[in-house]
Amino acid sequence: MDARFDTFPRLLLHHAEVRGGHPACREKDLGIWQTWTWREVADEVRALACGLAAQGFRRGMHLAIIGDNRPRLYWSMLAAQSLGGIAVPMYQDAPAADFVFVLNDAEIAYAIVEDQEQVDKMLEAMPQVPTLKHICYDDPRGLRNYEGMLPLDRLQALGREFDRENPGFYDGEIAKGRPDDVSVMLYTSGTTGKPKGVCQTHAAFIASARGGAQFDHLTPDDSILSYLPMAWVGDHLFSLAQWVYVGFTINCPESGDTVMTDLREIGPTYYFAPPRVFENLLTQVTIRMEDASAIKRWIYKWATAVARRCGAEILDGKPVGLGDRLRYFLGNLLVYGPLRNVLGMSRIRVAYTAGAAIGPDLFRFYRSIHVNLKQLYGQTETCAYVCLQPDGDVKLDSVGLPAPGVELRIAAGGEVLVRGPMLLKEYYKRPDATAESIDSDGYFHTGDAGFLDSSGHLKIIDRAKDVGKLANGAMYAPNYIENKLKFFAHIKEAVAFGHERDEVCAFINIDMGSVGNWAERRNLAYSGYTDLAQKTEVYQLIKECVENVNAELAQEGELGHSQVHRFLVLHKELDPDDDELTRTRKVRRSFVAEKYAVLIDALYGGKAVQHIETLVRFEDGRTGMVAADLRIESAKTRPVAAVKKAA
Amino acid sequence: MATSRRTIGDVILTLERISLGFGGVKALSEVSFDVREHEIRAIIGPNGAGKSSMLNVINGVYHPQQGTITFRGEIRREMVPHQAAAQGIARTFQNIALFKGMSVLDNIMTGRNLKMRASILEQAIHFGRARREELDNRRKVEEVIDFLEIQHIRKTPVGRLPYGLQKRVELARALAAEPSMLLLDEPMAGMNVEEKQDMCRFVLDVNEQYGTTIVLIEHDMGVVMDISDRVVVLDYGRKIGDGTPDEVRASQAVIDAYLGVAH
Repeated sequence: MDARFDTFPRLLLHHAEVRGGHPACREKDLGIWQTWTWREVADEVRALACGLAAQGFRRGMHLAIIGDNRPRLYWSMLAAQSLGGIAVPMYQDAPAADFVFVLNDAEIAYAIVEDQEQVDKMLEAMPQVPTLKHICYDDPRGLRNYEGMLPLDRLQALGREFDRENPGFYDGEIAKGRPDDVSVMLYTSGTTGKPKGVCQTHAAFIASARGGAQFDHLTPDDSILSYLPMAWVGDHLFSLAQWVYVGFTINCPESGDTVMTDLREIGPTYYFAPPRVFENLLTQVTIRMEDASAIKRWIYKWATAVARRCGAEILDGKPVGLGDRLRYFLGNLLVYGPLRNVLGMSRIRVAYTAGAAIGPDLFRFYRSIHVNLKQLYGQTETCAYVCLQPDGDVKLDSVGLPAPGVELRIAAGGEVLVRGPMLLKEYYKRPDATAESIDSDGYFHTGDAGFLDSSGHLKIIDRAKDVGKLANGAMYAPNYIENKLKFFAHIKEAVAFGHERDEVCAFINIDMGSVGNWAERRNLAYSGYTDLAQKTEVYQLIKECVENVNAELAQEGELGHSQVHRFLVLHKELDPDDDELTRTRKVRRSFVAEKYAVLIDALYGGKAVQHIETLVRFEDGRTGMVAADLRIESAKTRPVAAVKKAA
Repeated sequence: MATSRRTIGDVILTLERISLGFGGVKALSEVSFDVREHEIRAIIGPNGAGKSSMLNVINGVYHPQQGTITFRGEIRREMVPHQAAAQGIARTFQNIALFKGMSVLDNIMTGRNLKMRASILEQAIHFGRARREELDNRRKVEEVIDFLEIQHIRKTPVGRLPYGLQKRVELARALAAEPSMLLLDEPMAGMNVEEKQDMCRFVLDVNEQYGTTIVLIEHDMGVVMDISDRVVVLDYGRKIGDGTPDEVRASQAVIDAYLGVAH
């Protein structure tokens, strides 16, 4: 790609010129996939940008973007960037109160939101956000009588008028853009403290997009489904930066509930999903196979056994015997092919997962049915671009090799440090935080503890600040234990405790879908989540999982001391609306510890039952109390195996 | 923020001294009330008060022994349901009446039945007029699907859906007929709070966006008082109250009917 195309608006114009008739964007509307070509997208963005300019939006201003993945919201980001503005996408499922901090911090005056739901939240936030003056919306439904805000159609009409009256304005603005201008501000979800605005430049995201595109040989003929929150760095990299860099096609689903159907219809070639999506898909397949006829179940069992034995090796191009190759061929005909088709993965060339640890069994399953699933590693501060797993060299327990252009080293304490063009420019208005996370050598401190294995692959253990010590001095990595627990389909979330304690205890959240199905198959009646969670049978089920984890941990030297001695199953799901999880669904450890201090005391105090009442917030903003008597269960632990010394 | 909802027009439906009996049972006796264009008109009352009978009279399922019905200036004594439908009156039922084995899409398409002009032969070979009509009708149906946010179940057989969604599909089918008047028989019965809120929003949206006049029966007083413009109260087949939600709430006769009083 020519070096002249060094900002996203210039890249957009470039695509409009060289592949103007090629599809850039699709959205399913009224049951039909609508397509916009690059030329059309460039034209729409131009109208949006001029409309914003006509409304007084100027260089350096922030534009809030809130909503599901809609083409016009992506275009709005490009429109802001065309004028030298900065897009600030926010998590669309957050309540109004959560928006207030970010809207004020970023001094938002202009917001483009999806629909009535988001408009209502903006109106609710407005009294506390004095800067917010202009609200535009995409979907006019239910908004006919709202005053003082513009539908995007109208904004674009005003823009076209403005463009006619000010010829040369738009091109002039694009010409003024510089690659080191900030293009987007993404707020970190903040497992601790208030969110911070991460300022990323055009150059940083273009460098990351370029690196990833070259690494995986992406072409304009690739196609992806854009369905993850627009405020999340991964979506910004895949659905905006790589989209506009490479010039492939993004597809926006009809609604959040139709993603799986839309995935099947589109059949993307390049795909991204957090581990839980892959897990849910596999759970659905497994449940449906259990209901299938005996012969189908037998074929499925046979084929998955073959795949488990040699599927991943065939994908990696490793030597596999002729017999297994033939069996795999047959399995592909009967099971893997149709299964990939049902999952919408027939055309996938490259699939990535990140954001959380993926269970080795799950990971291997997808690879074994010939889905090239790989892991990547990165943060908001690094444009989600630090390590990638290369084709043919995928290790289940590592996150891969440093990506092109990334320098990586491990600090004395085990913290992963990275340097390269993808680093953030700064935290917005937080020079203290910027100075704290980027050292004098220009390395960004990721906050993750990890190490490089003998072949240079990075392995992540835990968040560096979470890594603690047990009372006996052994290393304690809570995430590591929790991930092992969460690899079981029945366990949705786990929180381990043990820092400076004699032993490790844990809270468990059951997975309602998986455990609910398990209970139904056993004719186990339950009235709801709280009831199901406290069933003796469910405790027994979870206990088996915990003891399996203990058996694994016992084999891992120092970590063997972190076996879970006691656990309880929580009466409610940990939820971002109750501040227990971040919007990206990471546990806010210290908050949970504080909120449920009484339960931790009970775990360590040796009690058998503990009563608890918890305030919960429902989706519509109302609150209620959930009360339960939680049972506390002990799990068997094993003697710690002696550490194998390297010969 | 949504302040001025819409302008309520003239009276379009007048029911005068309607009496309906089944053998010795008097379901309705001398009930009179009217419905104005674009308004949301609620009919409330204890069980057995004659609410569903009233709806059945309006869309021609029951024929009252006495009284006159004037709809858009036309007086009628007897009408059959398909005539009511042709005049732009659509309804949903207390006990869901959908085709359980058919997909959501097909169920809603049946709501377009009256809009189809093609002959049986044309439809059988899907040719000419039938093909064009199918495309037009499908587009209208998709708009309704979008409006009621049921895209994710478009191809799902209705029998597999939870109750709350089935209710929404039934509303969708009624809307597909592009009615000018919509009769809803307990649209929120058996729903949880969240489903009720959704349904209220849809009813208000339908009323606002399409200007559809809505006559609804509902037991949830919170819902009725929130969304309706005027309320008529029935008890033992007689009208005991009529007016705005506030007037009805203050009426002693209504309070007695609902709370019970020593006779």
